[in-house]
Amino acid sequence: MRYTKLQSVVLVILRITIGWHFLYEGGVKILNPHWTAKSYLLDSGGFMKGFFEFIAGSQTLLAISDTANAWGLAFIGLSLIVGLFTRFSSLAAMFLLLLYYLSHPAFPGIQYLFPSDGSYFLINKTLIELFALLVLYAFPTSNMFGLHRLMKNNNSFLA
Amino acid sequence: MAQENQENNSKKISRRDILAGLAALPIVGVIGYGLLRNKAEAEKRNSSLLSDIKPEIQSGIPPLIEGKTLKIGIIGTGGRGGYLMKAMGFVNPDKIDEYTEKGKTDKYWVQYLEDFRAQDNLNIKITAICDVFDKNAEKAITAGANVHRNGKGGNMDDAPKRFTTYKELIASPDVDAVVIATPDHWHVPIALEAARNGKHVYCEKPLSWSVAETYEIRKTVKETGIVFQLGHQGRQTESYNVARSLIKQDVIGKISLIEVCTNRNDPNGAWVYEIAKEANEKTIDWKQFIGQAPWHDFSLERFFRWRCWWDYSTGLSGDLFTHEFDALNQILNLGIPNSAMASGGIYFFKDGRTVPDVLNMAMEYADRDLTLLYSATLASEKNRGKVIMGHDAYLELSDTLIVSVDPQSTRYKEKLKQGIVEPFKPIYSYVPGQGAVDAITSPTEKYFAGRGLLYTYRDGKAVDTTHLHLREWINCIRAGNGAQPSCNIDQAFEEAMTAHMGTISYKEGRRTYWDKEKEVIV
Repeated sequence: MRYTKLQSVVLVILRITIGWHFLYEGGVKILNPHWTAKSYLLDSGGFMKGFFEFIAGSQTLLAISDTANAWGLAFIGLSLIVGLFTRFSSLAAMFLLLLYYLSHPAFPGIQYLFPSDGSYFLINKTLIELFALLVLYAFPTSNMFGLHRLMKNNNSFLA
Repeated sequence: MAQENQENNSKKISRRDILAGLAALPIVGVIGYGLLRNKAEAEKRNSSLLSDIKPEIQSGIPPLIEGKTLKIGIIGTGGRGGYLMKAMGFVNPDKIDEYTEKGKTDKYWVQYLEDFRAQDNLNIKITAICDVFDKNAEKAITAGANVHRNGKGGNMDDAPKRFTTYKELIASPDVDAVVIATPDHWHVPIALEAARNGKHVYCEKPLSWSVAETYEIRKTVKETGIVFQLGHQGRQTESYNVARSLIKQDVIGKISLIEVCTNRNDPNGAWVYEIAKEANEKTIDWKQFIGQAPWHDFSLERFFRWRCWWDYSTGLSGDLFTHEFDALNQILNLGIPNSAMASGGIYFFKDGRTVPDVLNMAMEYADRDLTLLYSATLASEKNRGKVIMGHDAYLELSDTLIVSVDPQSTRYKEKLKQGIVEPFKPIYSYVPGQGAVDAITSPTEKYFAGRGLLYTYRDGKAVDTTHLHLREWINCIRAGNGAQPSCNIDQAFEEAMTAHMGTISYKEGRRTYWDKEKEVIV
């Protein structure tokens, strides 16, 4: 697929800013030994509330989910920035964002302890970031800008 | 040939490729720098806040002391008595079935039953029970036999024996210790009888119904050396212990005011309990119920809602203020106040009760330069919490603990100036099960700490404080080394006298004083 110069630049900017967001969020969590999603999970709402509270209530599940979340965020972020395995990490990122959304869905009538930074009905910023990642999945750029370009074997797995 | 060359060239990596391939790497460096800055900042705040305090935090549940099976008698097997039996591991099979049934639609009850079944076996046997109402007695007999925590039709053990009077129960050689969960006016007469017969006592709060009997029970418990525990299970609340250690280390500065409250707004909370349909003059031993109270003709209302009448109850001061007082006595060793002043009235539940449903008390601790304020209503649930106010910070307590800084603090003046701490914002928080007191640094933590999001787990396990309180009593009995549990007779004496000072002040419309030398209320 050929993009115009403007299209390429815009897509790369989107990829790097989302990667930046993920890497920093993951890094902060990894570097803080006391960080846990427990209170966030306990504040869950919507039809998946019970599932997230169940995770928060189990020490083992919570530890697994905390570790997977923090390192997952960091690797996804790194992958999007450096431009390697970006299609796979876009999907993984969408999966994480979907979990965040389902834990705190913007459904009318649900109140959360943690305040929202705006007013949302069904669509919120988590969901928008999720769809932005769908754009990255559909329009890969790492073969033009990123480590993928350096790989001789230009197969789609690395994209 | 020329074509071949061209293909080879296209697979080679050009300078342009390298540039486009690696151009994003410096960005990773920038983010890395941001992360290190963030970490350094957080560590600076953490260390400067936590370096000079060492909170004492209990970890886990104290182990059970091994020994022979203790034979326990329960006197008073109504609502509270039934709950105490559950905390010891004995529940009526009907109840187990009820939890299972409710669990089908509400997961809370699945967990509730699981937690109950996971509760440690205290190596005790309920051998005797006594209640003046047949239905209560029968329920307790079935519960006492349910050693294996089964539902109906499950395997049961020997049922405890029912005694019609507490004296016979105490005299029985099959009883090593008694749990008293009767109305207030019966606490001391039964505890006295038990102590005189060398039986250990766990007594529900408050210790006493009248001032005079308070001296007698203290003297007798001390003379006989029985193990005595007053039923303030708040003694086992982790956050209270942490608060005690923080205050000892002067984290909040000089305390001038403490505010505690009771807020309830439903008939059950206002002691308007249901009247059992099986209850009548034949199924209730009314004469025994009256005991030392003034005579009154048979009344179902008075029997089931005894907390509403001074004849059997100690009102808000004895029944609910004592929870708050005992927590503070545990944290601050407050002792009995120098004076107490109370006012209030029957403003909402005009149902014939004699005890007030709104009560305000100011207790002065002149020696400590502080006032304890208690304010209660049974007709509003707006809870105002438990706040200990110091010059440097204030400490808010529930199951969680939050310390927030006063803008005029001397101790935190420099940190306020440097922006390390913010006025009125939490600086320390503790939630049970967390295992550590945290210095609060991130906005998210501040937010959740400020809301006191509730955790009820100790080391990842939901634990009933009443179970822990009974367990402490049982451990002391087994240790047999003269050690008394945390809410011992001296603590109980202070609790009862403080409550009586408030009650007398309310009833007589005057300020009451405590004469420390003579140990009398004047």
